[in-house]
Amino acid sequence: MIKLLEARGINKRFGGLQALSDVSLSINKGEVYGLIGPNGAGKTTFFNVLSGAYVPDAGEFVFGGSELPFGVPHEIVERGIARTFQNIRLFRELTALENVMVGHHTRTHAGLFGILMQSKHVREEERVVTERAYEWLKYVGIERFANTVSKNLSYGDQRRLEIARALATEPQLLALDEPAAGMNATETAQLRKLIETIRHDGVTVLLIEHDVKLVMGLCDRVAVLNFGQLLIEDVPAVVQRDPAVIEAYLGAGTHA
Amino acid sequence: MNDLASLIPYFNTRHPALARYIVLALILAAPLLAISVGPAWVRILDFALLYVMLAIGLNLVVGFAGLLDMGYIAFYAVGAYTWAFLASPHFGLHLPFWIVLPAGAAFAALAGVILGFPVLRLRGDYLAIVTLGFGEIVRIFMNNLNHPINITNGPQGINMLDSLVIFGFDVSKRIRIGEDFSIHPLLVYYYVFLCFVVLSVLLVQRLQVSRIGRAWAAIRDDDLAAKAVGINLRNLKLMAFAMGATFGGVAGGLFGAFQGFVSPESFSLMESITVLAMVVFGGMGNIAGVIVGALVLSWLPEALRSYAIPMQSALFGKVLLDPEILRMLVHAMALILMMMLRPAGLIPAHSRYSRPELLGVKAAESDVKSGGAA
Repeated sequence: MIKLLEARGINKRFGGLQALSDVSLSINKGEVYGLIGPNGAGKTTFFNVLSGAYVPDAGEFVFGGSELPFGVPHEIVERGIARTFQNIRLFRELTALENVMVGHHTRTHAGLFGILMQSKHVREEERVVTERAYEWLKYVGIERFANTVSKNLSYGDQRRLEIARALATEPQLLALDEPAAGMNATETAQLRKLIETIRHDGVTVLLIEHDVKLVMGLCDRVAVLNFGQLLIEDVPAVVQRDPAVIEAYLGAGTHA
Repeated sequence: MNDLASLIPYFNTRHPALARYIVLALILAAPLLAISVGPAWVRILDFALLYVMLAIGLNLVVGFAGLLDMGYIAFYAVGAYTWAFLASPHFGLHLPFWIVLPAGAAFAALAGVILGFPVLRLRGDYLAIVTLGFGEIVRIFMNNLNHPINITNGPQGINMLDSLVIFGFDVSKRIRIGEDFSIHPLLVYYYVFLCFVVLSVLLVQRLQVSRIGRAWAAIRDDDLAAKAVGINLRNLKLMAFAMGATFGGVAGGLFGAFQGFVSPESFSLMESITVLAMVVFGGMGNIAGVIVGALVLSWLPEALRSYAIPMQSALFGKVLLDPEILRMLVHAMALILMMMLRPAGLIPAHSRYSRPELLGVKAAESDVKSGGAA
């Protein structure tokens, strides 16, 4: 197993709240890795530290063999980590196609003067980006809505579009923050299929999710956070039986 | 162009091509019609075109990148004063326009970056306050830099600016053809400014439908998500300020040349607000919209100025309201009505940031829904 991402002793404190304390975990290349835990356990904080939105107080991330910079989201995206948001954050006034095209921003190079002069290179790049964006929409299955302004899409399609946009950054690691939140059973099943396809196509997936069935069915390994601390990191079958995990979720004294 | 044509009520649906020709003919013939009423009206049209350039530049910052700039006129001032410094007897320099205009644009862009740096992390109201302060600072500098060393000549301003001389041809001189036929310089200015406006529109459109234009729109719609897809917020915001300022700088230079005189009072806060009002009035983010907004709002007060007094004398026998007061009143009324009736501006059409037609047949399959903010 090749380690793609390794977190070493990540600490993050907000005032008096220790949101993450000494979290160390490692994600292997090509797996779907679940990150679960009760509300407020620090899952999203972990995402934000990883994606560069926050700077951790201590610790480091090693990604693909070298250390990740902190607090510079665009560099982290360039290194190959993409994320989605718990509450959907699309570019509302842009069409679905344009949203995905923005996702491809770091992989394109058109500069100011090239654009103003409409150089051959820029025009060619624009054509390629448009076509690729369309392919990604197809990949997540919403190419019908390519020219629909994204705020007018249905909830499930917005979630898919957000994944397409993240995929357009051409990541090695795709971090999904509760992608199934608010979805019905059919949509969740479709999402599961999509994530499996993504994994099959060689992208490692880090998944934060509350839907235990989805996590246990989909993930190769699962880590459990509670009050900012890592309880366990193992295959789903082991995690499910771990007394500390059961206690975190159901409270002490309710062992089955 | 198509968006402008859509403003004509009947033809736009029946004969779109014809509507386009009508707009084109109107644009080309406007000064000829105006001069038959009086040269003052051509002057108004010339100024209107300068305002169009300003509105296009400000739209880039406010409409595309979503950065509310209340001190935009400062860049106009930088452009105008650059012309005054480099092409007037004030310092004894008389450089040609192809040096002075780019210099004005460059200084304005630099001013844009200088403004941009401290406001990178600000948004909305806070950004508005700081940019407003910036605009005032520039004006106050112009007002007071006559002492201890006289740089800007203070509140008196600088006069006798060189006129626009393009390839040995002085735009401000009457062109004589034969014995008794001549072309008024104001007309020539109109067409020269029109060329600049057309060029600006072309460049801004190219920016809009590009990697950079989409990144700006992304920052405007959700800056956190923009960061998460790898957009370098700092660089793109600075670029928006600099690019917007460039248009202001060029318009400022042309203003200096046209007017032959610059003074700090031309660059008051009210002017910034007027340009912003043009952008909002026309339809933020929509190029055709802001052009119409600028034309309407620069023409309206002048029309009032010339009709309000005779009309009041005819109706009441005396002048009840000074046209200057009336101007503010009508301006405010127009904006309020606009906000009530068409909150997204005169032309609220959805702005395009990509060309789905590049996809060819595939695009035809997809479900095209107009998503304009209603």
